[in-house]
Amino acid sequence: MNEVVLRVKNLQTQFQTRAGALKAVDGVSFEVGRGRILGLVGESGSGKSVTGYSILGLVEPPGRIAGGEVLLNGKDITRLKGDAMRQVRGAQIAMVFQDPMMTLNPVLKIGTQMIAAVRAHARVSRRAARSRARDALAKVGIPSPEERLEAYPHQLSGGMRQRVAIAIALLHSPAVIIADEPTTALDVSIQGQILAEVRRLADETGTAFVWVTHDLAVVSSLADDICVMYAGRVVESGPAADVIGSPRHPYTAGLLASVPAEHEPGTKLPQVPGSTPSLANLPPGCAFAPRCAKAGPACTTTPPLQQFEGGRTALCHYPIEPVSCQPLSLTSTTYRSAS
Amino acid sequence: MPAALLDIDHVSKRFVKRPNLGEQIAGLLGAGRKTEIVRAVSDVSLTVAKGEVVGLVGESGCGKSTLGRMVAGIYTPSDGKILFGNAPVAKEQGRRTHKLTTRVQMIHQDPFASLNPRIRIGDTVSEGPVAHNIVKAREADSYVADLLGRVGLDPSYRRRFPHQFSGGQRQRIAIARALAMKPDLLVLDEPVASLDVSIQAQVLNLFMDLRSDLDLTGIFISHDLGVVRHVSDRVAIMYLGRIVELAPTAELYAKPNHPYTRALFESVPRVGVGRKNFRPIAGEIPSPLNPPSGCHFHPRCPFAGPRCKREAPPLEAIGPGRFSACHLNTGGTD
Amino acid sequence: MSSSPALTLPAETSWTRLSNFWSDFRQSPVAVAALIVVVVVVLMAVLAPLVAPQDPYNQEALDLFDARLEPGEVGSGGYVHWLGTDAAGRDIFSAILYGLRTSLIVGVMAGTLALILGTTVGLVAAYYGGRIEALIMRIIDLQLSLPAILLALVLVALLGQGLMQLVAALVAAQYAYFARTTHGAASAERRKDYIEAALSTPLPARHVLFRHLLPNALPPLIVVATVQVANSIALEATLSFLGLGLPITQPSLGSLISNGFQFLLSGRYWISIYPGIALMLTVVAINLVGDQVRNVLNPRRSR
Repeated sequence: MNEVVLRVKNLQTQFQTRAGALKAVDGVSFEVGRGRILGLVGESGSGKSVTGYSILGLVEPPGRIAGGEVLLNGKDITRLKGDAMRQVRGAQIAMVFQDPMMTLNPVLKIGTQMIAAVRAHARVSRRAARSRARDALAKVGIPSPEERLEAYPHQLSGGMRQRVAIAIALLHSPAVIIADEPTTALDVSIQGQILAEVRRLADETGTAFVWVTHDLAVVSSLADDICVMYAGRVVESGPAADVIGSPRHPYTAGLLASVPAEHEPGTKLPQVPGSTPSLANLPPGCAFAPRCAKAGPACTTTPPLQQFEGGRTALCHYPIEPVSCQPLSLTSTTYRSAS
Repeated sequence: MPAALLDIDHVSKRFVKRPNLGEQIAGLLGAGRKTEIVRAVSDVSLTVAKGEVVGLVGESGCGKSTLGRMVAGIYTPSDGKILFGNAPVAKEQGRRTHKLTTRVQMIHQDPFASLNPRIRIGDTVSEGPVAHNIVKAREADSYVADLLGRVGLDPSYRRRFPHQFSGGQRQRIAIARALAMKPDLLVLDEPVASLDVSIQAQVLNLFMDLRSDLDLTGIFISHDLGVVRHVSDRVAIMYLGRIVELAPTAELYAKPNHPYTRALFESVPRVGVGRKNFRPIAGEIPSPLNPPSGCHFHPRCPFAGPRCKREAPPLEAIGPGRFSACHLNTGGTD
Repeated sequence: MSSSPALTLPAETSWTRLSNFWSDFRQSPVAVAALIVVVVVVLMAVLAPLVAPQDPYNQEALDLFDARLEPGEVGSGGYVHWLGTDAAGRDIFSAILYGLRTSLIVGVMAGTLALILGTTVGLVAAYYGGRIEALIMRIIDLQLSLPAILLALVLVALLGQGLMQLVAALVAAQYAYFARTTHGAASAERRKDYIEAALSTPLPARHVLFRHLLPNALPPLIVVATVQVANSIALEATLSFLGLGLPITQPSLGSLISNGFQFLLSGRYWISIYPGIALMLTVVAINLVGDQVRNVLNPRRSR
């Protein structure tokens, strides 16, 4: 394992609501090495995006970080406030949003915005800043970057805007970029282009990525490591190929098994019954137990974090034994109503 | 081949955006916008046989949703006609579209938007059939209960409002609403795209069950190649308003013919192949406001030649039941 | 920016929604105070015949010996005139209560009628679109470009004095605000999938209009309606002050203010000032309540 640049330890983020404190992120831990890509996978309400926002200190009231540490190059950044946080954000750690217009100002030229972004963290002349901006655009594979600097965001396509947003995130060669569903809104052919670019950037620049997504196919083709989240907890983690090839947590197995592309067309798909639980009303113990085909009597108590060889973990009382073939048969195909 | 239930005959759809009064005045001063014409669908022909499910696949701007909405009677074609059982689905009356049949129903992508938040779901399901005398008002309640059971929801939920349901459950309600009209043809516009992965499989299974139980015919619109492969008998690949390839599902996936289809297959990330070197399609999707000349795909196509720039390739048979619109099949690109 | 997780909250009934609304509403102490003022004002207006020591409509009960008494003096009726009397010997406190009554009736009636008329017009424009929409909305734009008071003045001058004439003038002057708001809200809703689903079922037009479009366009209208009631009251007061509204024998707050205006410089402030304060309190309180309702109903505000 190479040098760890981001280490998240037992992160807790809560949202204060009428129904009490909702634990959107409940004890999440992971680490990312230099130039590595971590796929943070989960469904809606799993806490994956809130984890990303929490790392950058972007959680707004009624949400707050209730505990844990985010160590960026060994330094805890959860306690930084105001200016100190702004010094770090954008320079050492940056964010790419699903909607690039979260980053881009619609009424300013791309060049104006990028120069401002460069000079926010570096004392350089406008001319030097401009050339850095141009280089960053070229680095993310934008053709004729000099002309793009003169363009307004609305003159670019969605895919181009997302590239610009990534270029802005890359301006100060941050240690880590958190990317929240950055390709979800894009067309598949454009998504493919961006994934290819990101993989190359991670390898060439050494920037680490935390890639937050619901799309298993994306992480399996992009990420080095995977954390699967469910109801605010990391239920399984490990090297991407191993987790995809032989999942140890029944939830991961269920998700993988329900992807249609891996089945004979027209056949019934193995499905995870039920629906994602509400954070306000989580079952005791393992939150996945009510939907789990492998659930047993112990599942009403908090599941242990099981460690396996190869740097893998699963948060489960009854983890699946490693198999060499696809574990498709593990989930029940019986049809239950979604209630 | 059985008789066609749906006949899409040389259909085009243009959306004309005329400048409004303010923009016209600005136009006189040289700053306003001109009349814009979006060619959403151009000259598409497709027949769907009874009991068949045809998948429509493509990226944004390819016209798959517009084509689906014309079949569902929400828009009328600018040219050509759409016949359902030999009668048009909808007609233009003044500036409004009037749908003429209840036997074609549509299921929208986002079940959070497609259900009226202020109407109880039981009423959402029953108001169509009651308005069209498919069921009497006093029998509506048991009719709804029966339908909700059929789509896997507890019938006692019918007095609840949409916000009390999860995404997957809402999509089941939307399906129940469509089924309540006793349709022969369903247009499904990205029905699982906004659902969580674990819920997608549930809804796809439900669709396949209903299809075999009710002998439904379907047009299944999706950008997800895996989903379309799973539920469709035939697949049409669309690019910038045209069908570029049409083939039985198994043959299309085994041996795609059109360069765009091949490129699309290669650029899609898949589970279980591990980290891979993407070979994404170069370039951007052109705007349907101003599509390229000749074959719309030529600026991004590695095989393009001068002929591709000049003339648009027609959709021609390249085998039994297989069609492709590429000059490579018909004497080369020079 | 919203960093909240997608939450599926437990099932809500209309009762819990109401109690949520209330707990959001009372976040602002000012709005709660304003609501209390509104409730008190409405109660006093409704109960005026029971609360007021004198019936200001009854000309015979007025005694000119009681004219222009200062606040706190005891008149011939044997009770204290807390807010003094006017030139005709009317008890100002009683006149205010009855005036509030008239003002509120006019305001609420004008507001409600303008709501119904404006909503229908806006809804029709949004639903039918095209030329009908363009024509209606241009008329509305034209009307909104004129000051409401000017329009109301012209109409009152044409229609003559009286309660109904006044209400008609106020409705004509104000329905455009409702039409505009409804049109905006309904046009936004019109593009949503559930309307498309209703049209593709297909449901009859009146179904789509009144069961689907209208209820969803309603929340912004509630806010406009509260503010417009306040505006109607103020507008009516202005007209009455200018002598074009209601006569002093049927006093509204505006005519009361006007009634005392000539005495203002001679030191008999109470005849004008107290009705003025009552008018201001009412209008400001209704506006504050309306503001808070808008804040609570606005889904985009940060929770």
